[in-house]
Amino acid sequence: MFKIVVLVKAVPDPKRASEIKIDPRTKTLTRADVPLVMNQLDKHAMESALALKSRVGGEITAISMGPPPAAAILKECLAMGADHGVLLSDRAFGGADAYATAYTLAKGIEKVGSADLVLCGMASSDGSTEWVGSELSVFLDLPVVTGVKEIIGSSEPWWQVKAHIDNGYRELKVKLPAVLAVTRELNTPRNISFSGIIKARKKEITVWDFDALGVPESSLGLAGSPTIISDLRVSESKREVEMIEGTREEKAEMLVQKFADAGTF
Amino acid sequence: MGGSTGPVWVFAEQSDGSVLPVSLELTGQARKLADELGTSLEVIFLGDAVRENTQILFNAGADKVYLGEHPDLKFYQSERYMQIIVKLAQEHQPEIFLLGSTATGKELAPLVAAKLKTGLTAHCIDLTLDQEKRLEQIIPAYGGLISIVCPEKRPQMATIAKGVFLKPDTSEPKQGELVLLEIGNEQDQRIELLNVVYEETEGVPLESAAVVVAGGAGAKDLEGWQQIVDLADEMGAALGSTRPPVDEGWVELDRMIGQSGKMVAPELYIGVGLSGELQHMVGITGAKLMVAVNSEPKAPVFEQVDYGIVDDCREFLPVLIENIKAYKADKA
Ligand SMILES: Cc1cc2nc3c(=O)[nH]c(=O)nc-3n(C[C@H](O)[C@H](O)[C@H](O)COP(=O)(O)OP(=O)(O)OC[C@H]3O[C@@H](n4cnc5c(N)ncnc54)[C@H](O)[C@@H]3O)c2cc1C
Ligand SMILES: Nc1ncnc2c1ncn2[C@@H]1O[C@H](COP(=O)(O)O)[C@@H](O)[C@H]1O
Repeated sequence: MFKIVVLVKAVPDPKRASEIKIDPRTKTLTRADVPLVMNQLDKHAMESALALKSRVGGEITAISMGPPPAAAILKECLAMGADHGVLLSDRAFGGADAYATAYTLAKGIEKVGSADLVLCGMASSDGSTEWVGSELSVFLDLPVVTGVKEIIGSSEPWWQVKAHIDNGYRELKVKLPAVLAVTRELNTPRNISFSGIIKARKKEITVWDFDALGVPESSLGLAGSPTIISDLRVSESKREVEMIEGTREEKAEMLVQKFADAGTF
Repeated sequence: MGGSTGPVWVFAEQSDGSVLPVSLELTGQARKLADELGTSLEVIFLGDAVRENTQILFNAGADKVYLGEHPDLKFYQSERYMQIIVKLAQEHQPEIFLLGSTATGKELAPLVAAKLKTGLTAHCIDLTLDQEKRLEQIIPAYGGLISIVCPEKRPQMATIAKGVFLKPDTSEPKQGELVLLEIGNEQDQRIELLNVVYEETEGVPLESAAVVVAGGAGAKDLEGWQQIVDLADEMGAALGSTRPPVDEGWVELDRMIGQSGKMVAPELYIGVGLSGELQHMVGITGAKLMVAVNSEPKAPVFEQVDYGIVDDCREFLPVLIENIKAYKADKA
């Protein structure tokens, strides 16, 4: 059977992510209660998996690494139509940089069993390294294409894809199994239906911890991360603002004058 | 000590054979890092018949250029490029390895880093050495700046956007060692590049614009966004944006300014309906005059610009556009 794995990340709601700030005095992060949501681009990856499944058949497993509340986004995947949801969750996975994240996800994918296709988002809204798909492909020894905006799948092992480059795109043929990191142009994610929610309720999320993955602790989480944060600083602006005040009309007039003075027109 | 530190490396990306500006900028910065470390600066340059374009890399400060020429290398191809670089890195053990934050760099860098089992930092806005001579990779996050280091693994790898570092002076011819790489004919077993298509972008390009009008989430919807587009048109400005309008699909990704977008340095920047999040603002530190329009008097953007206007952009922009039209008509 054609097996698709989709990587989904639980991220702080981007609309409220700016509430998490560096405290200038303690140089630590202020813990705001920002809810976790599914990373937007990962919804496009899920949608792509569902569309492919309806064309070539198969089975979809959504995988996420994150804290226990991340299970909610896997439930969302099930409601969209995924067959299984797997959460990789353990304190030992915490503090992972992109490398350790990709490594842990790769181990999770291996445990799911041989995937024919791994789909992930091009970037997460919080980490936004854009590395995870590529690094994971190395750990799984699979080819990768990033920036994917069109997939022409078939029952043959060589698939054709279109992917972004600077100022254009490239067309490639990639041999499955492969990793594809997708962009928002690929599709429009479906809304979750009521019957989907009911179906998802009956399904369980599989949780794999450190013991379940069976890899040395030194390669996971903070311990397995080559990079570390060495300093946090507050940045200071060098500009002094002058507020332009008055009625709307006056403000507009004064601003146009400032533009003119600066030689804009 | 003497010679124990590995070289500093830069990947020089080419388009149509010419070295990209970002690669020259990185070579310039890498020169400083190499001097501070007392080591050499080496550049990797891959392409098809690009030898005549190598000199500029020496002029920019490279001590050595590893040149790989082959028809297969005309365009970036992940597996070929990765294999060549990984093999070379295993032989020469670089201390630092920098790549441009281009579509190519963003795919190639993590492939190489994972193969070499080392760390990699995305979207750096500065690179310095700390007291222990470790590469300090600065990125904006959480309303401040964080420094990232890679204490044990080598090379220390980072990707950097165009415009973060100044372009070095390359007018003076300099000498360096050219090392020709042997590139075999092996076929890629898993990926085949069929075609590369370049597309014209619409509107005034961001990078060279004298005026930039950038919009943010405060536009609220496509209709509100259209007003920002109209303002840009009226001013002959390049349209820019923060992340949310891109996510909403109001504007293309190539219009995003900031840490993971573009770096711009216009004469005039007008930020409309955006909060002033550092990840956006680091993209415009080079602007001469800066103006912000935001409905919230306490918006952080007002601490980072020269002129501020508190107003609802959806009400204010039509009035502003009318005033600009009137001013222009007056002058004409
Ligand atoms: C690793 C990483 C990299 C990132 N890279 C970038 C990057 O390169 N570029 C980038 O832009 N972002 C980037 N971001 C996102 C960034 O953190 C912010 O989320 C984003 O810049 C906020 O955009 P905004 O100001 O438009 O939205 P918000 O922060 O939501 O601000 C909207 C503003 O609009 C104002 N407003 C609301 N209504 C109105 C109205 N009617 N009239 C006028 N004003 C109004 C509000 O007061 C508010 O200040 C990155 C994030 C991460 C984690
Ligand atoms: N913790 C995670 N769990 C599941 N998928 C992830 C995780 N982190 C990153 N990804 C996937 O990798 C993509 C790129 O993330 P990033 O490299 O952080 O920009 C995301 O869109 C996800 O599909």
